[in-house]
Amino acid sequence: MIQEFKKVWKQYTIGMLWLLGLLWPLLGIHPDGTITFQKTVTVWSYILAGTFVCLMIYVMKAGDSLKFISNPVSRVAGNIKKVSTAFPTWVWISVTLVFALIYPLFAGRYGTDVAINVLLYICLGLGLNVVVGLAGMLDLGYIAFYGVGAYTYAVLNVTYGLAFWVCLPLSALTACIAGCIVGYPTLRMRGDYLAIVTLGFGEIIRIILNNWMTLTNGPNGILGIKPIGIFLPIFENGFTFEHFWVKKLQFFYYFALALVIVAVIAVQRLNFSRVGRAWESIREDETAAELMGVNTFIYKLLAYAMGAVFAGIAGAFFAARMKFVSPESFTFLESAMVLCMVVLGGMGSIPGIILGVIALIALPEIFREFQSYRMLIFGATMIIMMLFRPAGLIPAKRMGTRSEEKEG
Amino acid sequence: MSLQPILELKNVHSGYGSIKALKGISLKVMPGEIVAIIGANGAGKSTTLMTICGIVKAEKGEIYYDGKLINKVLPEKLPTMGLCQVPEGRRIFPRLTVMENLRLGAFHRDDTDQIMKDIQNSYDMFPILGERRSQQGGTLSGGEQQMLAIARALMTKPKLLLLDEPSLGLAPIIVQQIFEIIARINKEEDVTILLVEQNANLALQAASRGYVVETGEITLEDEAQSLLTNPKIREAYLGE
Repeated sequence: MIQEFKKVWKQYTIGMLWLLGLLWPLLGIHPDGTITFQKTVTVWSYILAGTFVCLMIYVMKAGDSLKFISNPVSRVAGNIKKVSTAFPTWVWISVTLVFALIYPLFAGRYGTDVAINVLLYICLGLGLNVVVGLAGMLDLGYIAFYGVGAYTYAVLNVTYGLAFWVCLPLSALTACIAGCIVGYPTLRMRGDYLAIVTLGFGEIIRIILNNWMTLTNGPNGILGIKPIGIFLPIFENGFTFEHFWVKKLQFFYYFALALVIVAVIAVQRLNFSRVGRAWESIREDETAAELMGVNTFIYKLLAYAMGAVFAGIAGAFFAARMKFVSPESFTFLESAMVLCMVVLGGMGSIPGIILGVIALIALPEIFREFQSYRMLIFGATMIIMMLFRPAGLIPAKRMGTRSEEKEG
Repeated sequence: MSLQPILELKNVHSGYGSIKALKGISLKVMPGEIVAIIGANGAGKSTTLMTICGIVKAEKGEIYYDGKLINKVLPEKLPTMGLCQVPEGRRIFPRLTVMENLRLGAFHRDDTDQIMKDIQNSYDMFPILGERRSQQGGTLSGGEQQMLAIARALMTKPKLLLLDEPSLGLAPIIVQQIFEIIARINKEEDVTILLVEQNANLALQAASRGYVVETGEITLEDEAQSLLTNPKIREAYLGE
């Protein structure tokens, strides 16, 4: 145990001193120019005490002094794993689905609102997953297509009075076209350069939305977008249809849920198709893929456009829910958030992305009380996650999942 | 054996930007042959293969495959025509399973039943791949990866197979195995092979004819046996 401690104490001391150096400017320098040390030292000593306990536990664990605790714990963990693998996938899917279906009944208005947010981001995440997770292209301007979809619905609805269901495919189409226009010149690049260029194009699209006053009303945004309208069959006085606006959040929730279910099925099918295989080969080794007869340019463009389609559809739903769009909703920060969700959850894994979205939307909501420290906690959580699960919360399954039976 | 070469390069020039890697390469490969290109590091051996496949564009000269000019043909069209390369350093898809790697070799084909049969055939030819079919490509050993790369290329049903440094980074006993496999593919599957090697001794023993490349030019062309006994070659490439 002493030996274990000798190994780590140096790093630990340097780390804590580093933290002190970081904390003091944050807590010790005040806006009126006074400089104090009292608060910094108190906060630091609390953290010191806390981390020291963690360190001692770690050292004891490494020195096998904690066997009396860790053995039963690992047994329990093993049992949980056994139980979780005992149920086939469809059980998990149906449990999730049932929970998703009854969720708005007990969640209340605020809960439903957050859940709708989660659902829309899942759709975005799944789309970005096609680009980043499957085709391996780092896209930092992804949210622009979300904006294109949202604005397509907003403009068509407010100016021409077109209904949501007419605009939905049109939103997908315009996002797809925008994806092709942006993708055609940029996808010749690889790696870092591609990331920079997509970042640039993403900003360009946002700036266009911001400045094209005649079409988008600029930074003021577009107001008065109609919600989703549906025809419900009414059985009084015979059989008629009655038009009905989906204004209540609960109802909207079910539409968003339907969207996500369709998106999940679509991505799942794409993943296991010939196209999915081509995308993965491009991600793994572009030159080798080319030598094997994969038309890399077309498939990259297809991945990019496909991702844009998902974003465009999610955008139309977003506009219908908010009844208002403005360029502020489509900043780079949003792109980064979606990317974080995909990476945190596990690239290429659908349950991973769903969990990643829930984590990144729900965590800030839970930590709302911490106010300005919210983002700090958020950052720390991200770092811890990346350290302990570098492949994401639920890494994409590879080994053995695509045996001959499934391939055939 | 027909007299028309399956592959012919006429005075091919290519390079990377201002660096000229090939300065007029001319060579012929007849159907059914194994032809070896030997040469030192940076002589332009790999660039020759990459230029044939169109990954590096030929600046001058003509490349004929099966009597057709293929200078302007896109790289991804070549496997459909029966020309496939096993690139240097194997370049298998590391995070895809062995099975998926093989499926990608058959990417341009749509005869699913035949593809499944061919995959089974490759497992018969390389039993180790069959054992590891659902393992990720990157977790295989170097020799197994080379076998996978060759099996993947065979899935395209090639008439002409370009092999780039199949012995790179492998233990001598594995290299021996790989060359036995190459000879077998040539005989049993009737695949013409153009081989690029630094290991001149092995390559010339396997091949029927050989070319020596130096700084982007062919300096010598002969039967493999006479190259092996050529004192100059023995001195320069066989370490004597």
